[in-house]
Amino acid sequence: MNLTFFDQFASPQLMGFPLIIISMIFPTFLLPSPNSRWLTNRLTTMQLWLTKLMTKQLMSPLNKPGHKWALILSSLMILLLLTNLLGLLPYTFTPTTQLSMNMALAFPLWLATILTGLRNQPSTSLGHILPEGTPTPLIPALILIETTSQIIRPIALGVRLTANLTAGHLLIQLTSTATIALLQIFPAMSIATFTILLLLTILELAVAMIQAYVFVLLISLYLQENI
Amino acid sequence: AAPLKDTKLMDVKLGQLPSWLAMSDFTPGGIARAVRRGYDRYFNKYIDVKKGGVGGIAMVLAGYVVISYIWSYDHIKHDRHRKYH
Repeated sequence: MNLTFFDQFASPQLMGFPLIIISMIFPTFLLPSPNSRWLTNRLTTMQLWLTKLMTKQLMSPLNKPGHKWALILSSLMILLLLTNLLGLLPYTFTPTTQLSMNMALAFPLWLATILTGLRNQPSTSLGHILPEGTPTPLIPALILIETTSQIIRPIALGVRLTANLTAGHLLIQLTSTATIALLQIFPAMSIATFTILLLLTILELAVAMIQAYVFVLLISLYLQENI
Repeated sequence: AAPLKDTKLMDVKLGQLPSWLAMSDFTPGGIARAVRRGYDRYFNKYIDVKKGGVGGIAMVLAGYVVISYIWSYDHIKHDRHRKYH
């Protein structure tokens, strides 16, 4: 009962049925598939424009074999964008605050880039461990450091997304509690806190979108090294 | 009169309601088809129109918020009379 601030991150259940599945599937209801008309409706037009923009941005640095990843990266981007933004609505649950879900997204994708690199061009992808032009005495230390940084990547991907969203939601809850509590004691300060809350909400909107983009961008970067 | 199975819900008389419910298709495929029909009705009425507005999607999001509130009510109700949150 004391942990009310973190209770918002408890995976919701309804008589044993995990509701997180509904939070994860709900974005599909907001994404209508385009029908065979020449002019699609406004919602579909906007979504198609956004998807085309994102996919072109993500896929332009990749070479031809990398374009096989276009579908999974764009759909991952849309999933993260929608789940993060939907989590900002009141009373909703954000599945990306769960470390389990983000690691499940980050780890297999990172591993796939590594395995692709090792399978198709093993010496080039192993060669990324040692940057060009390093002085010879530094080589052993640098190889250790670069290997560690490679292995840290999936953990960093998952934890970055989780931590950013969790921290944002927690800050919003704390600031709103402070605003309401101050309203009876010190109303002028309450207005200042409310302004902070508004700015924080705008920041959270930006963070929700940026984190989705960063996640997918980093995976595409790891792909560029390896494909 | 048409057979009971094919009448829509608004046309079913109150006395016939239990038999109408018993005859409906509650298999997973039937439920999926019913959800699909509901989705198509909503989509074609509010979104797939020439000048759709923000209301079409705003209603969906508002419904999502309301449902999330209902599902989390049992947890939130403890905060009603709490002095220190």
